Amino acid sequence: MSALKIKKGSTKHSAYNLRPTFSDKIESHTLAIVVDNEPGVLARVIGLFSGRGYNIDSLTVAEIDHQGHQSRITIVTTGTPQVIEQIKAQLGRIVPVHDVHDLTVEGASVERELALLKVAGEGDKRVEALRLADIFRASVVDSTLDCFVFEITGTPDKIDAFADLMRPLGLSEIARTGVAALPRGR
Amino acid sequence: MVVQALKDQGVDVVFGYPGGAVLPIYDEVFQQNDIRHILVRHEQGAVHAAEGYARSTGKPGVVLVTSGPGATNAVTGLTDALMDSIPLVVLTGQVPTFMIGNDAFQEADTVGITRPCTKHNWLVSDTKTLSGTLHQAFHVATSGRPGPVLVDIPKDVQFASADYTPPQKARIDHYQPQVKGDMDEITELVQALEKAKRPIFYTGGGVINSGPAASQLLRELVDATGVPITSTLMGLGAYPANGKNWLGMLGMHGLYEANMAMHDCDLMINIGARFDDRITGRVDAFSPGSKKAHIDIDPSSINKVIRTDIPIVGDVGHVLEDILKVWKSRGRKINREATQKWWAQIEDWKKINCLAYSQTGKAIKPQHALSRLEALTKDHDRYICTEVGQHQMWAAQYLTFNDPNRWMTSGGLGTMGYGFPASIGVQIAHPEALVINVAGEASWLMNMQEMGTAAQYRLPVKQFILNNERLGMVRQWQELLHGERYSHSWSEALPDFVKLAEAFGAKGILCKDPADLDDAIIEMLNFDGPVLFDCLVEKHENCFPMIPSGEPHNKMLLGEASTKDAIGSKGAVMV
Repeated sequence: MSALKIKKGSTKHSAYNLRPTFSDKIESHTLAIVVDNEPGVLARVIGLFSGRGYNIDSLTVAEIDHQGHQSRITIVTTGTPQVIEQIKAQLGRIVPVHDVHDLTVEGASVERELALLKVAGEGDKRVEALRLADIFRASVVDSTLDCFVFEITGTPDKIDAFADLMRPLGLSEIARTGVAALPRGR
Repeated sequence: MVVQALKDQGVDVVFGYPGGAVLPIYDEVFQQNDIRHILVRHEQGAVHAAEGYARSTGKPGVVLVTSGPGATNAVTGLTDALMDSIPLVVLTGQVPTFMIGNDAFQEADTVGITRPCTKHNWLVSDTKTLSGTLHQAFHVATSGRPGPVLVDIPKDVQFASADYTPPQKARIDHYQPQVKGDMDEITELVQALEKAKRPIFYTGGGVINSGPAASQLLRELVDATGVPITSTLMGLGAYPANGKNWLGMLGMHGLYEANMAMHDCDLMINIGARFDDRITGRVDAFSPGSKKAHIDIDPSSINKVIRTDIPIVGDVGHVLEDILKVWKSRGRKINREATQKWWAQIEDWKKINCLAYSQTGKAIKPQHALSRLEALTKDHDRYICTEVGQHQMWAAQYLTFNDPNRWMTSGGLGTMGYGFPASIGVQIAHPEALVINVAGEASWLMNMQEMGTAAQYRLPVKQFILNNERLGMVRQWQELLHGERYSHSWSEALPDFVKLAEAFGAKGILCKDPADLDDAIIEMLNFDGPVLFDCLVEKHENCFPMIPSGEPHNKMLLGEASTKDAIGSKGAVMV
């Protein structure tokens, strides 16, 4: 439906016809949802996921158009193709939802997440943490004598990899924003 | 301002119950005569009455209740309306904005509580947006797939004044569901229809929600193509029960011929139904050999349960019109030879006569009671409501519906206590009509306080209670599934219904002898006022035919003899 950027509720080029929706394979999809920025809209979206038993792996939300009162919610979810189609259709029913884009099937997209990692350590470990941070293009945003706070931006996989490397070097806290994503090209 | 907005939306009746947080609105209601207010005896009753009103008129039902308990009591009705796609606008009072969040007296997070059980809801925090929001509420409730909406209005917002926004200026453009179906898909459906050897129409409540024109188009299409038609519980009346292509209701307690035809068809055309689990039985064995088309205004209904080959998103009325147009322009083709064989097969199934029963013995069989009710009332301008349980299924089987909007029942949610208040709503909308609520004694008692409403407004609603002193459907399942251990499924200390009726100034009739039944029903019909008809029926009668849970359509149980070990352990976990 929204996968082909057609109007909400339209059947033309229905995505139902394009993909085998009744397979058991669990897939991960990134959904971009444009909503009216009104009270309770986030509760409606996440209430739909909890009420119908869908998964949320990651959730990001912020206002993107102050004058138009619109927010963009980016959700990474997993399910069989049938469940993913249901999630999109159910999201489309919510009255303040304008658009549901499935970035995973709509062609190439870029995904980025930002994370802050606090790494406490001394001596060699501290030097090694700095060296690895340089390789991952993470920057130091705070430093004390016994710990760093690194800022890293990248795909969730890259952040996972960086966090794994920092763990033996004294990773003590991590804060992640969740995924923000946009389709590539026009 | 609220009353003005309701008037501008064409509202003539509001069902409600006052309380502290809605007093300013009630004060406005008091000072006008255009909108009639019906005082119920419990907020749940108000919502069900509004459902009955909406279902029987096609207009949205309007409810006005107070904050806190007023709103929480409305929740069951809201959920019921959401499941059955009934348009309602529910207005709730709320504590003043500056007290929200303080656990004030009669405060509840109404929009939070009702978010999952409404199509949409609003908390109005500024009087400037109040009238615009009310117009939006009516728009959302009635367009697309209809449903209940709720507007929560804090008391200070009710008191303050602001400029009124007329309906024409309200912001509704952002919610415009698609009504026209895709022409390519419609053409594909017509092509499939032309070639089909064993086609069937499977229709639902969506046809009725789409309006009388949709039912008319459906009749034209069915009669012109000669294709058999069955319907869900919610869709009864869209195609007339006396129509020649009618197979009867399908589903768990549907007719044998309808379910067999669904199982064996090669083209299933679902019009405004949603493949509910009461219909499909075991999903992986549901109509295995058929191509399936699905017309629904809600895209999320399509492919939710059953994989659809031809999905058409759109309003049933619009889509049917296009189907007829395309089918006619392509030469009105149908595979007559094959469909004749198909009909011959269906006639064989009909010979099973799955609704047969024998009225023997001294007790009235519930099927007999309904058959007599049907015979004695079918020529009336008649509206039927039901509660939930065995009596509901028997009513669907033994009563006939030849017009839409004549059948009010709680399908999706299965709410015991729905029928009595719904019958009040129907009678308010149709003061001259015969309104009968077919009830079980247990369901009826769940909202019996509405006797006060019926008496106050002198509503001649007929409460036809099939009294088996049991929770009949629960008892039936316990017999079939739980080793005949009848855990808490019978009622002791039932009231004397005749005296109960008289206590409210209504008429009570007790009938226990089959020989007296006709006279008693006629007495009920002739009485101008509310009647409680206590029909004592056979206590252990089971409702058949039945698709046991976990089984496909062609494994129906037709009667007592076939029930032993019919439901496997897998089926037993289903409801």
